[in-house]
Amino acid sequence: MMSVPSAIFFFLAFVSIFCGILVITSKNPVYSCLYLVITMFAIASNYVLLNAQFLAVVQIIVYAGAIMVLFLFTIMLLNLNSNSEVHKSLLFKFLGAIGGGSLLLIVVAAMKKSELSAAPMILPNTNQTGMIQNLGQVLFTEYVFPFEIISILIITALIGAVVLAKKDVKIIEETNPTH
Amino acid sequence: MFKDIFIDHYIYLSLVLFCIGIVGVLTRKNAIIIFMSVELMLNSVNLLLVAFSSMFADASGQVFVFFTMTVAAAEVAVGLAIIVMIYRNTRSIDIGDANKLKW
Repeated sequence: MMSVPSAIFFFLAFVSIFCGILVITSKNPVYSCLYLVITMFAIASNYVLLNAQFLAVVQIIVYAGAIMVLFLFTIMLLNLNSNSEVHKSLLFKFLGAIGGGSLLLIVVAAMKKSELSAAPMILPNTNQTGMIQNLGQVLFTEYVFPFEIISILIITALIGAVVLAKKDVKIIEETNPTH
Repeated sequence: MFKDIFIDHYIYLSLVLFCIGIVGVLTRKNAIIIFMSVELMLNSVNLLLVAFSSMFADASGQVFVFFTMTVAAAEVAVGLAIIVMIYRNTRSIDIGDANKLKW
């Protein structure tokens, strides 16, 4: 029979895949965003199962809490309707599905030939690698240089986003003539 | 069904999510939905990295996921700013309309 962590993993896998398919096939972009939020929560639950607790919380805060909210704000700013998207022809959808499906087929075939570890994963995991103390230890000793570079990257992205999205003064004067 | 979960299950799950993301990028015309499919692909890779890190008890995998999440956040900020600018200029986020560079 199935053990409880195994059942939890299969339930989370089913939820992620089902909501992933709903993300790409929804007509309304807001629905796609919400399904993606559910998928991210399912992946965060997978992290908890693997005892990567810090990453689970960071996933919920950063991905589901900041990035998806940014997506929703942009969709509402652009005022997208559910019927404003012209769909690609059926041929292109078919070809796209074949493209993704062939990658799936190739990697599954490669997996059959490979000899992966025969030891079952320990779920829920008990090693302390995902705890924030151990993660912080590794992050600030071995990976301190990428850590500092990433802060520069975030500042660059922040400046870039503000510069890109700023309205031109010319456009403001064209739309609201004051003289 | 199964009593134990092997690393194969995580590989298959990550692979299916990645391929769903690929199909989403290839079949949709809305720029924001394409962006969301790319986020789905990034999430699938993060899941596989964490699974391997937990299998080998190596923290490097989870540190890499940390960096990937940060890069994804920066990319979403800049990418959505670009989409908003394109919308302001062409009034459409259909990627078929952003073809001014085509010869």
